[in-house]
Amino acid sequence: MSKLTLKRHLTESLRNLKRNGWMTTAAIAAVTVTLLLVGVLLSILLNVNKVANDVQNDVEVRVFIDRKTTDKQQQDLKKKLSNIDGVDSISFSSRKKELNNVVGEYGKEFRLFSGDDNPLYDVYVVKTNDPKDTINVAKTAEKYRHVYQAQYGGASAKKLFNVVSGIRRWGMIISILLLFVAVFLISNTIRLTILSRSNEISIMRLVGATNGYIRWPFILEGAWTGLFGSIIPILVVDFSYGWMYNVVSQSLQSTNMSLLTPHTFLVEIDLLLALIGIGIGALGAALSMGRFLKLKN
Amino acid sequence: MIEFKNVVKDYGNEVLGADRLSVRIDQGEFVYIVGPSGAGKTTFIKLMYHEVGATSGEIRVNDYDVSSITNKEVPFLRRELGVVFQDFKLLPRLTIFENIAYALQVIEKKPEEVEKRVNEVLKQVGLKDKAQNFPNEISGGEQQRVAIARAMANRPGILIADEPTGNLDPDTSEEIMEILEKINQDGTTIVMATHNSNMVNEHKHRVLEISAGKIIRDQEGGGYENE
Repeated sequence: MSKLTLKRHLTESLRNLKRNGWMTTAAIAAVTVTLLLVGVLLSILLNVNKVANDVQNDVEVRVFIDRKTTDKQQQDLKKKLSNIDGVDSISFSSRKKELNNVVGEYGKEFRLFSGDDNPLYDVYVVKTNDPKDTINVAKTAEKYRHVYQAQYGGASAKKLFNVVSGIRRWGMIISILLLFVAVFLISNTIRLTILSRSNEISIMRLVGATNGYIRWPFILEGAWTGLFGSIIPILVVDFSYGWMYNVVSQSLQSTNMSLLTPHTFLVEIDLLLALIGIGIGALGAALSMGRFLKLKN
Repeated sequence: MIEFKNVVKDYGNEVLGADRLSVRIDQGEFVYIVGPSGAGKTTFIKLMYHEVGATSGEIRVNDYDVSSITNKEVPFLRRELGVVFQDFKLLPRLTIFENIAYALQVIEKKPEEVEKRVNEVLKQVGLKDKAQNFPNEISGGEQQRVAIARAMANRPGILIADEPTGNLDPDTSEEIMEILEKINQDGTTIVMATHNSNMVNEHKHRVLEISAGKIIRDQEGGGYENE
């Protein structure tokens, strides 16, 4: 396509948007509503994913070491643990430190158990590369000598993994369905604008315009519609996410979970919404054009 | 040059749109297509610019084998033809100048070339002073002159007119005929489907009479009806 033709198409597409006033408004409104849903859903989905990852990354295997184990045996055990598939890191937490944690969490009364009265065990805290590996790691560790017990959170960890993968899967399915609905909505709205200009298309064909030449202004018009339709969703997502981030972050302060930080997340989601808008607008227009460009036989 | 050999167009109903049509029209001829409504005049015209495809037979327009033309070639065939309709088919939102320029822009002519040529054809049809008017601001006859100017903008070798005077009064029809005669004198082939017996009888040219999709008369300098 020559520069001159591209310029003509760009000017023509913008002029058509203005000329089709109400149709354009309807098409932009359809994009706005859809992208608003997509934007909110994506923000929730990506943050659920982030929090789930944070939670999952916090899942660990606690290997309790028999009391009578010598230092050398402890070192051997550490070596054996580190050889298990999927193990990322191992840290040691002494009985004393374990008791301090209990005192910190539940109160000074537990100081009663300090010194020789400490009933707790020395612990190896094992982190895995993939949170799902914790189950296998715990089961393997439990079989080793000098291991009193290996805990991984059991049923609750398993449940968490299932919930997270469920959220991911359904989130993706809902997002894809929503985008299909958006393309359908937009292609129908754009089809109305094309229908109102079928006379124009027939004249273009009559005077020898190629299908590509006829198609481009409509596709660009669809892309503009998508881009303009993404403005309100972008603003809504930006403002509401900034506000929500401040509120939710305060509640998450004491945990090791956090939401995606607005300055990086919002740039990405804004770009994504604009690109989805342009994409579905152009695709909707291209789909609607099809039957107007077919030859009759 | 236009050539039809045994062309059949079957719309799937009882009467054929074209029934073994065979005819040759040479460059520079002026040909009337006459016949009653539903006889197949418009089908004959639509087959030429491939608005409808033939069921069987062979159609040649200049260097194009229209009967086996591909979707991609159709726009290039149409650039060799100018087409004028009874209802003018002008775009109401564009000025007269823009309506004509549009036909050149869609085939990607340069702006300076477009401007020069639009002014030329506007002068040819006597509407230079109406260039900035919109179609609804001019008369029916003037609108048809704009349609002719648009059809001629790309200097086609063939001008096809489907009932170009159908919506016009006798005086205005006469003006349109004079323009078409002049275009023909400059070497352009004119194929005109019409019901206007006065025009056919006063401006004598070759007449092709069609009935039930068949050519029943091919008469050089004939009248509207067989004498």
